Amino acid sequence: MDEKKSKLQILTNGIIKENPTLVLLIGCCPFLATSTSAINGAGMGMATTAVLICSNIVISILKNVIPNRVRIPCYITIIAGFVTIVQFLLQAYLPDLNKSLGLFIPLIVVNCIILGRAEMFASKNSIFDSFLDGIGNGLGFTLALFCMGAIREFLGGGTVLGHEVTTNLIEPMTMFVLPAGGFFVFGVLAAVVNKITGGKLSREFSCAGCPGDSALADNADQIIANIKAAAPAAETKNAETPAAPAAPVTEEKSGETAAPETPAPAAEAPAEDADSKEGGDK
Amino acid sequence: MTFLSIILTVMLINNYVLVQFLGICPFLGVSKKLDSAIGMSGAVIFVMVLATAVTWPIQRLLLDRFGIGYLQTVVFILVIAALVQLVELVLKKYMVGLYKSLGLFLPLITTNCSVLGVTVMNIDEGYTYLESLANALGAGVGFMLAMVLFAGIRGKMENTDIPKVLQGIPITLMAASILSLSFNGFSGVIDGLFG
Repeated sequence: MDEKKSKLQILTNGIIKENPTLVLLIGCCPFLATSTSAINGAGMGMATTAVLICSNIVISILKNVIPNRVRIPCYITIIAGFVTIVQFLLQAYLPDLNKSLGLFIPLIVVNCIILGRAEMFASKNSIFDSFLDGIGNGLGFTLALFCMGAIREFLGGGTVLGHEVTTNLIEPMTMFVLPAGGFFVFGVLAAVVNKITGGKLSREFSCAGCPGDSALADNADQIIANIKAAAPAAETKNAETPAAPAAPVTEEKSGETAAPETPAPAAEAPAEDADSKEGGDK
Repeated sequence: MTFLSIILTVMLINNYVLVQFLGICPFLGVSKKLDSAIGMSGAVIFVMVLATAVTWPIQRLLLDRFGIGYLQTVVFILVIAALVQLVELVLKKYMVGLYKSLGLFLPLITTNCSVLGVTVMNIDEGYTYLESLANALGAGVGFMLAMVLFAGIRGKMENTDIPKVLQGIPITLMAASILSLSFNGFSGVIDGLFG
């Protein structure tokens, strides 16, 4: 990533400065869906953290073995393996939590945070650094989920960690445990972060690391425009090499030379500019 | 359960975006302009139905039969990723018109959680093959409904005077909250119609 960072900086980076959910706004689906109570939120956060740490370590170990062109499928396979393990563990030891998180456990696979850290950090850094980064980002996510869960639980159900507190004080506002409340509280939290950081909050919903097979969607509109502009050229090239999965030879070369700084895959060379720019901003 | 009730339930009451929080990234990221919102959700409908058509038989005929159902997550995500790539290639080569309208959005949805979500949910709910397809279609159409509505709201919001601290993301989320609240009004409608 950036220049040399101390171990402590790597660890705390994900917790506060680049908190994945509250500052970078990635991984919003589980963040909104599983934060109906503080316990649920913390459970989801820890499950994600476990997967994140393990996948970061393994991807860091394998970073020189995985061929660049197929790295996203490789990452996804590794992550999916760990998700399956976590799923088993939850089923065996915490069946209640497993039930309340439900669908969102398998969906950890497509959590932008995990793939994003694999792509942006673990694939370029040493094993120990990746481990610290995994802990930092995981804790940041867990903390954000816990706060959001606690707020929604308190306002929506009048309880704190399951204990009644507002019995005769205020009427619980059910709206806050409904999906609408999730959006609303997240909106307020985003405004608070915006205020504290003086507008440093990510301006766009980025799937910055989110990235299917492409560098994607930092700014979808811009990327689409780029692709449209590049489309005529790309089409003719692809017509010549139909077997190559959408990666014309010339573009691949440029992708490889740029690889050290920008994670943009070769197949999406047109998107690279947008991605590296956005990446630099953060 | 009739097909119509499955479709309407997943479209309105259990709307994937607004009620179940699946696919929030594209919902908030690509809903700025109406045409890209429609293109994106068209691609989502397409991939959801296709992914269901492929993963359901895999689960029932391969994984369940050989007792390796626990590989579901790994297999499904890889199948979906491969499928999206394949569809992109096929469209690019043989259906240029469709590729131009949907193709740009296809890479965006490989790791969209709503696609994996709908395939896993079909298995969890124990739907038959046709019911699964209906569920996927309804989920996709519901996604489109939410996207189009929200694109309209965001279009209106661009011309309003919003306090500085709320500009951008916060106000977008609050608008989504109100839209989600309005979808709450649908609960009970299906029971009334089909119950």
